[in-house]
Amino acid sequence: MLEVKNLKAHIDTPDGVVKAVDGVSFIIKPGETVGIVGESGSGKSVLAHSIMQLNPKPPTFYPQGEILFEGRNLLQLQEKELRKIRGNDIAMIFQDPMSSLNPVFKVGEQLMEAILTHHHMPKSKAKQRAIELLKDVGIPDPEKRMNAYPHQFSGGMRQRVLIAIALACNPKILIADEPTTALDVTIQAQILELMKNIQEKYGMAIIIISHDLGVIAQMAEKVLVMYSGRIVEKGNVEDIFFHTSMPYTWSLLRSLPRIDSESRERLLNIEGQPPNLIHPPSGCNFHPRCPFATEQCKLIDPELTKRSSNHFVACLLSEVEFKEAKRLMENVEQEGDLKHV
Amino acid sequence: MSEPLLEIRDLKMHFPIKQGVFQRTTNYVKAVNGVNFTLNKGETLGIVGESGCGKSTLARTIVGLLKPTSGDILFEGESILQYNSKELHQLRRDVQMVYQDPYTSLNPRMRAGDIIAAPLKAYNQSNNLRKRVLELMELVGLKADDYKKLPHQFSGGQRQRIGIARALALNPKLIILDEPVSALDVSVQAQVINLLEDLQEELGLTYLFIAHDLSVIRHISDRVGVMYLGKMMEMSDSESLYKNARHPYTNALLSAIPLPYPMKEKKRERIVLKGELPSPSNPPSGCVFHTRCPFATEFCKGNVPTLDEGNDAGHFVSCFYPIENKQEEFARQ
Repeated sequence: MLEVKNLKAHIDTPDGVVKAVDGVSFIIKPGETVGIVGESGSGKSVLAHSIMQLNPKPPTFYPQGEILFEGRNLLQLQEKELRKIRGNDIAMIFQDPMSSLNPVFKVGEQLMEAILTHHHMPKSKAKQRAIELLKDVGIPDPEKRMNAYPHQFSGGMRQRVLIAIALACNPKILIADEPTTALDVTIQAQILELMKNIQEKYGMAIIIISHDLGVIAQMAEKVLVMYSGRIVEKGNVEDIFFHTSMPYTWSLLRSLPRIDSESRERLLNIEGQPPNLIHPPSGCNFHPRCPFATEQCKLIDPELTKRSSNHFVACLLSEVEFKEAKRLMENVEQEGDLKHV
Repeated sequence: MSEPLLEIRDLKMHFPIKQGVFQRTTNYVKAVNGVNFTLNKGETLGIVGESGCGKSTLARTIVGLLKPTSGDILFEGESILQYNSKELHQLRRDVQMVYQDPYTSLNPRMRAGDIIAAPLKAYNQSNNLRKRVLELMELVGLKADDYKKLPHQFSGGQRQRIGIARALALNPKLIILDEPVSALDVSVQAQVINLLEDLQEELGLTYLFIAHDLSVIRHISDRVGVMYLGKMMEMSDSESLYKNARHPYTNALLSAIPLPYPMKEKKRERIVLKGELPSPSNPPSGCVFHTRCPFATEFCKGNVPTLDEGNDAGHFVSCFYPIENKQEEFARQ
């Protein structure tokens, strides 16, 4: 349904060109949930905004690639045609529910606006639909809440309203950019549950972007791991979490404090900072921080290669080599612990 | 048992809400509403809770940035509320704080070295100032040539290191860390947590670690307190709390956290709490959690539970119907 082919989204800045998205390809099929995970600055939001064509141009430009939605390349469409797709076929919810709603309009008006932009119908009917949507996203007393202003809603409730607006036109794809980052855990659990329920009811595909590996594990069927503008590993959730084959994904999982871990073992240090995207490192972008990097990694930029039917990895190490390297490292760690005792 | 460093006794911090032309006090925001705990030397106590539960207010009250409405704070056995300004000045040397936001807690016009030197100057310890600052910078993993840099030249993780070095400058006994890693990326977060653990071991520090992330809290804490609407709901050593959470709120919090394990994650039975956090200016009657509690009864609406020790020694819970034995429950399932 949606196919992104070798997409590059670069941003012009006074200091040079930031390669925010640098050659990303993936496919989204109807009804599936794809998770995009990465640290801040890995390009996941720019990628999401590219699909919606929401990046301001200039400074953003797309030197290469295609975004095909139902066969049409979104990069070449006129603004007028894009508007028909935005909100109607592809809808988006944003991270910050506090600033995504207009504070001077009633929630009901904002919801009806979304409906009336894409459908010609009498206002009374749009109102009915709006109330229905609010009910769907679990807002109690929707008739009354239609007349409330955003500041009268809590963060979780506002995120529900945004989901309602996104659902207004029965989109085929819902892009959720860090939908729960600004919320408390108990509210996050509510919103994630809601997103699953509406997906069952409306049957759209969801692209969920998060830095939280837990959220991704819970929601997604397929996962793309991004690092400095590229996909470094993609596959089914099981592949990513159990057959992790890219050192970056592996380190990320090891650096996370676990709530279910028995021992208070030391977290893995990923040395250094995410790279500067104006002057990315030579070879593999992760090599300066990679515990397993070799001389080769400084020279050769690995491509995404197939490991199993759905699992792709961008790393020079083969599966056997990676396993061996992991084993060696764990041995060294254990010895270190013994010395410490 | 080591000796207590800090004791909090029935601490209350109420903020008046003023309304109308005459700014009359119409109500109070009960940010911290009767909290008790003891912090022993050398241990890490984690305080966890959702936003608005009063955990940051608690921290600010302990360092003396706020004057509590009632209750007592004992530091090394002495009540700090009776201190005069001179004694408070001394206290602030022993109790330091690291803030959440490494972007706003450092003066953008000061050089990193001067930021770390500021507390030393304030306490007239200017001998060998540069040497001491460089020592501190090395301790937290900053390079010597970072001395002359300005805060904007550092990344978030490095800024947090500057904040930690500043807190360490006066050899404090207690460091209060208010969400020190929540603004950082996962990989950088691990660096800072490891640093804090190393420093504690090396310098014998005592930490009061405040965070909303239960996984981070579990990793770093010896004991954990769970706060909800200004009250302590459950407090115990971290092992016992995470394995046998007895308060329904703790249980719900734990089950709300998505685990990075897809298989477990999809099978796991999740307790999704209904509704939102009630306003702390108008907390529910009786047990503050009864409006969202899946097990609440009429009794909970009228009576306030106290933080009591159950059969488990050292495991305190404030609930009329605590979950007795989770392992048994698991066995039945």
